[in-house]
Amino acid sequence: MALFSLARSHKAAHVLPGFNITLGFTLTYLSLIVLIPLSALVFKTFTLTWDQFWAAVTGPRVMASYRLTFGASLIAALVNVVFGLLVAWVLVRYNFFGKKVVDALVDLPFALPTAVAGISLTALLAGNGWVGQYLEPMGIQLAFNPNGVVIALIFIGLPFVVRTVQPVLEDAEKELEEAATCLGATRWQTFSRVIFPSIAPALLTGFAMAFARAIGEYGSVIFIAGNMPMVSEITPLIIIGKLEQYDYAGATAVAVVMLVISFILLLVINALQAWQRRHTGNPA
Amino acid sequence: MSTAINPSVRRAQAGTTEPAWVRYSLIGVALTFMFFFLILPLAAVFTEALRKGVEAYWVALQEPDAWSAIRLTFMTALIAVPLNLVFGVAAAWAIAKYEFTGKAFLTTLVDLPFSVSPVVAGLIYVLMFGAQGWFGTWLQAHDIKIVFAVPGIVLATVFVTFPFIARELIPLMQAQGNDEEQAAIVLGATGWQTFWYVTLPNIKWGLIYGVILCNARAMGEFGAVSVVSGHIRGQTNTMPLHVEILYNEYQSVAAFAVASLLALLALVTLAIKSVVEWRHARELKATADLPQEMPSA
Repeated sequence: MALFSLARSHKAAHVLPGFNITLGFTLTYLSLIVLIPLSALVFKTFTLTWDQFWAAVTGPRVMASYRLTFGASLIAALVNVVFGLLVAWVLVRYNFFGKKVVDALVDLPFALPTAVAGISLTALLAGNGWVGQYLEPMGIQLAFNPNGVVIALIFIGLPFVVRTVQPVLEDAEKELEEAATCLGATRWQTFSRVIFPSIAPALLTGFAMAFARAIGEYGSVIFIAGNMPMVSEITPLIIIGKLEQYDYAGATAVAVVMLVISFILLLVINALQAWQRRHTGNPA
Repeated sequence: MSTAINPSVRRAQAGTTEPAWVRYSLIGVALTFMFFFLILPLAAVFTEALRKGVEAYWVALQEPDAWSAIRLTFMTALIAVPLNLVFGVAAAWAIAKYEFTGKAFLTTLVDLPFSVSPVVAGLIYVLMFGAQGWFGTWLQAHDIKIVFAVPGIVLATVFVTFPFIARELIPLMQAQGNDEEQAAIVLGATGWQTFWYVTLPNIKWGLIYGVILCNARAMGEFGAVSVVSGHIRGQTNTMPLHVEILYNEYQSVAAFAVASLLALLALVTLAIKSVVEWRHARELKATADLPQEMPSA
């Protein structure tokens, strides 16, 4: 295993026992659960010719699903950047009644099963729901169309932005803001020129994480989307649809496209986090 | 907190905070957003579940199919969480305590299941163990069912919860360094003793934190499990899948009744998580308040 050879120069390496067994177990388990099954996906794609593959991943229904998935994920992640920053700011900088409970609730989308979030948002926004009944007379439909997809994706993405920005805001040095004020900056100038640049990398990381999660999301979306072909059908649902028609090769082709995209996003997020560490100068 | 603040202190603070009206409007907007996006959906689950009264709620929960879904969900979590716990500790030990080539790459691979869509996660097991999959013919010849049966559900759940514990422990163990473990080894402790009496007490909060998040996801996973389950009522339905079936059959009260159990699980998870965070913060503060130890001579 030359890829994972121990760096001999490191003096600490010889004192602690268990390197071989823990690394061996890690690599075996990783291969069995993740790497070998994922490679099945890639090998299955090779049963298709390039033309068949291209036809499977660029069909009109599939293209419409990419537009919806990427568009809705982008809008939801942008909304989360704005409101996630606001929530993080309020939680770090101000005191108000019930703050600890609000802080704990931010993680609700992590803890609440996506199917539960899906049916509950649908119940709220449907024509007879608590929120929907007031919106429908105004001609606003938020359920069973692409709007519903965006709402569900905002819900599941919120904690990503809040939880990446919050620690950076907590560690921000007040001295810089005091200096800015002493030098005559208004509060807005201090925010936009001193505070914002220091949290921008974290904000971007949170955006990328919320976006990546939204692209693959399935459970919360399918209940509220209405799932009309060409209109409100997300890409994961296309895969399910192909599977239900026993079109394994077609499902695999679309899955490979999604896998490549998520891998690229993972690398982007890693790069952003490395940038953030350099930017703030501490390993967070 | 004292209300009478020294005027000079107040002037100094004015430089690093906003006027009161800005503060209150920002708090107001943030809370309104959280009310509509977090509190209302949570409240809706319980209201819809109790729409036809407490009686109908209990009846819905006592249905045999609901019970078998609850059992399957707990069993799945009971297998998936310990497996990923052992993996998480082993991976964190190897990655945090040693330097080796390819470490950054390995860490990225551990994170990989987080960024794979749940539907794709389910699909890969169908491609391996399904009728047309790699091992399909062999499994059929030996009459072993993995996909559209319980083992597939467990595998898919293990995949989606794979990184949870490892990614909590890796940064924690990296931050703590090797000094204490090295001291224990030098003083004659075995590897196991070092782990049990030195490492484990240091990482216990991170470990609990990872386990409860892993458990919440394991019990609540929908997409991946949906692909491999086959949706056989009373046999391969987990709670989230049972919610979907009831909902699609317009049995709204029953669907939300089962959903309310999952929502309770989420609330318990958040409560434990907050307690763990507060305890951990208190311990950190207590250690930080200790006087610096001065080496004599």
